[in-house]
Amino acid sequence: MEADALHDLTAAYALDALEPEEARRYEAHLARCERCQGELAELSESASALAYATDAPQPSADLRSRILDQARAERPNVVPLRPRWVKPLVAVAAVAVCAAVALGIWATSLSHKLDRRNETLAQSAAQQERIAQLLARPDSKIVPTAHGTIALVVTGTGDAALVVRDLPDPGPDLTYEAWVADGGAPRPAGLFRGGNVVAVPLDQPVRKGATVLVTKEQKGGTRAPTSPPLITVPYRVQS
Amino acid sequence: MGKTAGLMPRSFAHLSDEAVVAMLARSDESALAELYDRFGRPAYGLALRILRDEKLAEDAVQEGFLAAWRNADRFIPERGRASTWLLTLVHRRAVDLVRREDRRRAEPLRETFEPTPSESAEDDAWLRFERERVQSALKKLPDQQREALELAYYGGFTQSELAERLGEPVGTIKSRMFTGLARLRELLAEPRPGEAAWKPTPYTT
Repeated sequence: MEADALHDLTAAYALDALEPEEARRYEAHLARCERCQGELAELSESASALAYATDAPQPSADLRSRILDQARAERPNVVPLRPRWVKPLVAVAAVAVCAAVALGIWATSLSHKLDRRNETLAQSAAQQERIAQLLARPDSKIVPTAHGTIALVVTGTGDAALVVRDLPDPGPDLTYEAWVADGGAPRPAGLFRGGNVVAVPLDQPVRKGATVLVTKEQKGGTRAPTSPPLITVPYRVQS
Repeated sequence: MGKTAGLMPRSFAHLSDEAVVAMLARSDESALAELYDRFGRPAYGLALRILRDEKLAEDAVQEGFLAAWRNADRFIPERGRASTWLLTLVHRRAVDLVRREDRRRAEPLRETFEPTPSESAEDDAWLRFERERVQSALKKLPDQQREALELAYYGGFTQSELAERLGEPVGTIKSRMFTGLARLRELLAEPRPGEAAWKPTPYTT
C-alpha cells in the first residue's frame, strides 16, 4: 500500500474501524511517520471525547476491586525504582523526567531536548533513586512555587528535593549549590549542574518556614553562599 | 475530578492524569485505583454503549484497565493525554468483544440508562457537563459525518463494513470520518472555564 493510502487510514484507526490486517499495516507505517503520529494524536483525542457523550451509569461496586485484585496478582515482585517508560539508555534522566511530570512542570518541548542525550542531566544513580523514593512516599507533597519551572517536593519528615527544568549550565569551574535556610545561616544542601530537568535531593531537611535557595559557586561548593540566590523557594507555613 | 475512595492515600489528588500514569508505570497499585476513580465511569459508559450488556461491558473495562497496568511504560506523554490513552484501550477491548460476540447493531441505543448518582456530586456534575458538551458538538456535525463516527465508534463497524452498509465507496467513508473527527476537535477546542493556557515564567528571582 502506498504511503498516501496509509496516511488516509488515520481517522479510521483512531476510531478502531480498520480490519485487523489494515490496522497492522497502519501501525507499521505509524512507527516511522511523524505526520501520522501527530495527526493520530489529534484525531484520537476527538474520538475519545465521544466516550463522554454516553450515559455514565455506575458499574457494579466490585468492578474496582476485581481490577485491583487482578493487577495485584500480576504485579512484578520487584518494584522498579526507575519508571519503565524510559529506555535504559536515558534512564539516568528518567526519574527526573518522572518527577517533572509528577510535579506538573513537564513541558512537551523537553522530550525533544532529552532525545539529545548529551544535553541531559548528569546525576548519579543514587541521587535518582533518592528522588524516586521521595516521590513514591505517600506523605510527599508539592510546595507550590511562583515559578512554572521549579517545584519543591517535601515529605512529613522534611526529606525534600528540588526539581528545576531548563537550568542552563553554570559555566566552567562553577557549580550550582542548594541551601536550606531555617531561621539561621543557610546550610549547604547539595551541588548540582544544569540540565533540561534537574532533580536535586536536598541534604538538609526542609520544614515549614524554611527557605530553599540556589546560588552559583566555585566548583566543589562553599560552606556559605558567596553570591545572591538565583532561586528562592519559601516553604511557607500556610502552604 | 477523581474521588479517592477507601483506604487509598489522597496523595494523588494534586497529580495530573499523566503523572498518575507515570506512577502506574512504576507498578504503583494506588495509581491504578486513582485512574479507575477518575475514568471508570466514562469507560464503563462507553463499553456499555458499544456492548449493550452490563457483564460484557465490565469485562471490557477490566481488560482495558489491566492493559493500562501492563503497558503504562508505553504511554508517551507528548503523544496525547492520559485520558485519551486509557479510553482508547477500553474502546479497543469493547470493539474486539462486540465483534467477537457479533452483537453489533446500527440502530441507536433505545434503552437509556438512568444516570445513577455516585457518592460524589462533583463527579456527577462534571460527567454531565462533559456529556452535554460533547453531545452538543456532535449535533453540530453534518448528518453523514455524525453517522460515520457513531457507527464506527459506538457500533464497532469497520470502514469497509460501513461502506457496504451505506452503499458508498470506502474513500467516502474515510473522508467522512476524517472530516467529522477534525470538525469535532474544533468544536470541542473552545476553552473550558478555568483552562487558561499555562505559561512558563523565568526561574530567576
